[in-house]
Amino acid sequence: MPKQQANWSPYDNNGGTCVAIAGADYCVIAADTRMSTGYSILTRDYSKIIQLADKSVMASSGFQADVRALQKVLAARHLIYQHQHNKQMSCPAMAQLLSNTLYFKRFFPYYAFNVLGGLDSEGKGCVFTYDAVGSYERVGYSAQGSGATLITPFLDNQLKSPSPLLLPAKDAVTPLSEIEAIDLVKTCFASATERDIYTGDKVEMLVLNANGIRREVMELRKD
Amino acid sequence: MFRNQYDTDVTTWSPAGRLFQVEYAMEAVKQGSAAIGLRSKTHVVLASVNKASSELSSHQKKIFKVDDHIGVAIAGLTADGRVLSRYMRNECINYSYTYESPLPVGRLVVQLADKAQVCTQRSWKRPYGVGLLVGGLDESGAHLYYNCPSGNYFEYQAFAIGSRSQAAKTYLERKFESFMDSSREDLIKDALFALRETLQGEKMTSSICTISILGAGEAFHVLDQETVQRLINEFEVVGEEPPADDEAAAPDAEAAAPDAAEGAAPDQGAAPMDI
Repeated sequence: MPKQQANWSPYDNNGGTCVAIAGADYCVIAADTRMSTGYSILTRDYSKIIQLADKSVMASSGFQADVRALQKVLAARHLIYQHQHNKQMSCPAMAQLLSNTLYFKRFFPYYAFNVLGGLDSEGKGCVFTYDAVGSYERVGYSAQGSGATLITPFLDNQLKSPSPLLLPAKDAVTPLSEIEAIDLVKTCFASATERDIYTGDKVEMLVLNANGIRREVMELRKD
Repeated sequence: MFRNQYDTDVTTWSPAGRLFQVEYAMEAVKQGSAAIGLRSKTHVVLASVNKASSELSSHQKKIFKVDDHIGVAIAGLTADGRVLSRYMRNECINYSYTYESPLPVGRLVVQLADKAQVCTQRSWKRPYGVGLLVGGLDESGAHLYYNCPSGNYFEYQAFAIGSRSQAAKTYLERKFESFMDSSREDLIKDALFALRETLQGEKMTSSICTISILGAGEAFHVLDQETVQRLINEFEVVGEEPPADDEAAAPDAEAAAPDAAEGAAPDQGAAPMDI
């Protein structure tokens, strides 16, 4: 009798795509609202985005049950932080906390592909991108999820300097204005929706700037 | 008469059936600076007097946010109060993590009371030396509880603890019947008046008191100094008497009488825990 393999997995992939772009004084975080399993759609109206603090917003694609659990843990930790320090967590602090929280489950990971966006202590936009076990980096823009492979090359083309020699590697803020960035995000999702079956229905965008936080929703193809 | 013989251990009863260590812990509450709580149908106000140990130091924090819907004011050993506040915060966070809803206030005070009771029945522990006024809002309305070091807890319409609290209690006893239907502003004003009673003629400024409020649609928060000073100025301008007072006696005259009662030692025969 051939060796039996495990046919039950604790994980499932609910699909979806997340994108974030950081500007000089704003940050855009966006994610589609489609939740799938296999080749089926579970719902067309599920938010993958959560506001963790005043100036930190997280979007996560992957296994949404793990994403929800991760969101709850971070929200509870943020409450504790506020009680102890009498202030909100800064975005870089939240970034480190997310990394630690993910690595804490290094040997049974959260199946979550995260993008954290917000404003740093100087008011500049910041985006942090993660893998499932907490490896992270501050970047000017990022995409995660099923449509990431379609979107990232496009963002590289639009936002990255043609030669790494002209722009220093540490540049973590894009030169776009807020309106231009939002338009770019919409274009990204419209394009990804065309070819990625797991991306579509609607895209939910959150924009953080000095005035506060704004939410915008755009319809996408439903097929 | 046997007080000194049976007061070494918290686990030793006196022949009269009292635990002196627990009663001593309740004395510690009376030594702390005053804390006051009042509630209406929709709001709870917690207020405290900021007593600094010397002119050079800052005052100790006596009012803590436990959750959006619960706040606590303490009197007594503030260190014990801080530790218990941390416990309460943890309980609230864990409950809302598990049940995705706010912890009902009544449950929290029972957990707190049980925690205090443990310290009255272990020889290697001592009772918490702090009294807690827990104010909160849940589905069953606004509540104000008082938690003793003894492990007892009581619900109140209004209460005051700490030094010179009797003056505040006298004021509250006169006005409490109207609190249930009080507006938010009137509740704060009554808190300030009650607080003023405990100051016994000392000049009332926003630096000497802390006011906090929570209510329907209003998360727990401490009012900032400017707001408090403005409120103080408002009623100071109106006159020394609190508004809409039918009784003839002015609050200043009444403040003198309770003070004498405060000074007298508690009756040796009565067990203060049996309130």
